[in-house]
Amino acid sequence: MIKYILKRIFYSFLTLLVLVTLTFFMMRLLPGDPFIGQKAIPETTLKALNEKYGLDKPMWQQLLIYMGNVFRGDLGISIHYNRPVNDIIKQAFPYSFDLGIRALIFATVMGILLGIVAAVKRGTHWDTMSMLLAIIGVSVPGFIVGSLLQYLFALKLTQWTGIRFFPNTGWDGFASKILPSFALSLSSLATVSRLMRTSMMDVLSQDYIKTAKSKGLSQKNIIWKHAVRNAIMPVITVLGPISAALLTGAFVVENIFSIPGMGKFFVYSIQTQDYTMISGTTLFYGAFLIVANLLVDLAYGFIDPRVKLNEVKE
Amino acid sequence: MNDKIKQHIDISQFERIGADTDGNKTVSGPNTSYWRDAVRRLSMNKAAMAAHIIIIIITLSSIIVPFFSPYTISEQHLSHTDAPIGFKDPTDGHIHLFGTDSLGRDIFTRVWYGGRISLSISLAAVLVNFIIGIIYGGIAGYAGGIVDNIMMRIIEIVNGIPYLIIVILLMMVLPAGTMTMVIAYATVGWTGMARLVRGQVMSLKEQDYVVAAKVMGAKPARIIGKHLLPNTLSVVIVNITLSIPNAIFTEAFLSYIGLGVPVPLASWGTLANEGSRVFQVYPSQLIIPAICISLTMLSFNLLGDGLRDALDPKLRR
Repeated sequence: MIKYILKRIFYSFLTLLVLVTLTFFMMRLLPGDPFIGQKAIPETTLKALNEKYGLDKPMWQQLLIYMGNVFRGDLGISIHYNRPVNDIIKQAFPYSFDLGIRALIFATVMGILLGIVAAVKRGTHWDTMSMLLAIIGVSVPGFIVGSLLQYLFALKLTQWTGIRFFPNTGWDGFASKILPSFALSLSSLATVSRLMRTSMMDVLSQDYIKTAKSKGLSQKNIIWKHAVRNAIMPVITVLGPISAALLTGAFVVENIFSIPGMGKFFVYSIQTQDYTMISGTTLFYGAFLIVANLLVDLAYGFIDPRVKLNEVKE
Repeated sequence: MNDKIKQHIDISQFERIGADTDGNKTVSGPNTSYWRDAVRRLSMNKAAMAAHIIIIIITLSSIIVPFFSPYTISEQHLSHTDAPIGFKDPTDGHIHLFGTDSLGRDIFTRVWYGGRISLSISLAAVLVNFIIGIIYGGIAGYAGGIVDNIMMRIIEIVNGIPYLIIVILLMMVLPAGTMTMVIAYATVGWTGMARLVRGQVMSLKEQDYVVAAKVMGAKPARIIGKHLLPNTLSVVIVNITLSIPNAIFTEAFLSYIGLGVPVPLASWGTLANEGSRVFQVYPSQLIIPAICISLTMLSFNLLGDGLRDALDPKLRR
């Protein structure tokens, strides 16, 4: 077990290292100059600016300095906002995290429930309905769902009824959080429910379920005590990729609903070629997801003893 | 005893019925091959067939409509901007079937032209992924051991980085264009296919018939070409079909946040982005490209699901 944990941690660290190097070189390869676009800058000022941001040193030195800073938790100063990137993340990320975690919980809980219902009532209308919802959820991108929900429930519903059920934009109070969280979670919900259905059907056809049935256990007991516990395993493995999808998906959902999260800063920093801001955000998100993946892997190792066995066999 | 019976019963008065000695040698139905059977199963799946037809219609329209449209994608009609659906141009009598956008450009033409771009980017990206994935996965799976170990660790590291973030970074470094989209997506998108092929090859090469071929002296090239790849084909086809919607989504997402193909080109994502700016006033400008994106993704998903059911022998009941 210790070996498994150490191995996972080592790979996560390696991934992080690759990410830092990659980000650094890509930022340096970018066409354009962070000081372009404002008024013509005198030669001396430009030199002083380059010196201030360390852009005059050789590439490898810049990389090492950069790595050192990153691992000390210093992501540099945003060229555009003239504020530490850490500060901006500290201010904006809680909103994104709040949105993301709501969407994550909603997607997993609803997805698992839908998957169970579809598998248990296989071939009935319940199954068809939940799989229809799942395939639509997989097929309609979050930014379209977000815009449509905003139009129908925030704009039109208010016009028709005269009562404001959901605010159009913002992140203040429970009502304003419903539409964005739902829009963000739909595709993940669909993924989870499809996975849960397949896995549940697989488990339900196993011999030990038949044994439980022939012992005379109630349907409720069989499903919740015997089937779900085993069927839920594959869902845990996709939690990592799902958190990645939710975090990046939040970029557009935040834009649609004007939520003051990281999405706004990230998209804007792309347009203004704010080197440090982009690399800082990328690294932060990358590291966040790498840690999330690591936790999922470790949790999986603890929950399912078969994983360790497979590792040994390899 | 037998002779006695024969004397009493005249065999010529009897006729042999049933048990047709020649008949049981003939096969009742024609031989069905694996693929013919798969096509038959697929054609019984109504949802998959409907999806198939929709894909054909969308693809053909994307190819044909821009040729016959009286408008070009960047032609502006400033006299009637934001025209509604089915607007008839009073000056020349042409009809803007889907209306016009805020610059007076014909949305019908732009939608189908956008379909060309979105679909060709997605197909090209998926094709590149397929080629890289099948080579990489094939080598890793067939070689096994330390080669496989190293190759899989590389995949693990590439996979550890959220792909949209890498695509965004790449899109910024490379010059804007359709080719860039393909490259950006293919840089990170091949890992799924490689993993799949590797897993298939790993399990297939242990099968008895492959061992038998090896014992009989077949060369690796023959084993890979004749036994391993054809048997992975069904899984690969399903994976390709199911990764097209993913590519369409990525393209739309990037265009939507402003990293898409450069103007005057416009993909479905670009149209959705433009439409979302005036969405609250002219909802049709977002809804039309949104329907195109969603319908195409939905169709490929349904077709992929249908293909998986048709091609997977384990699911046959």
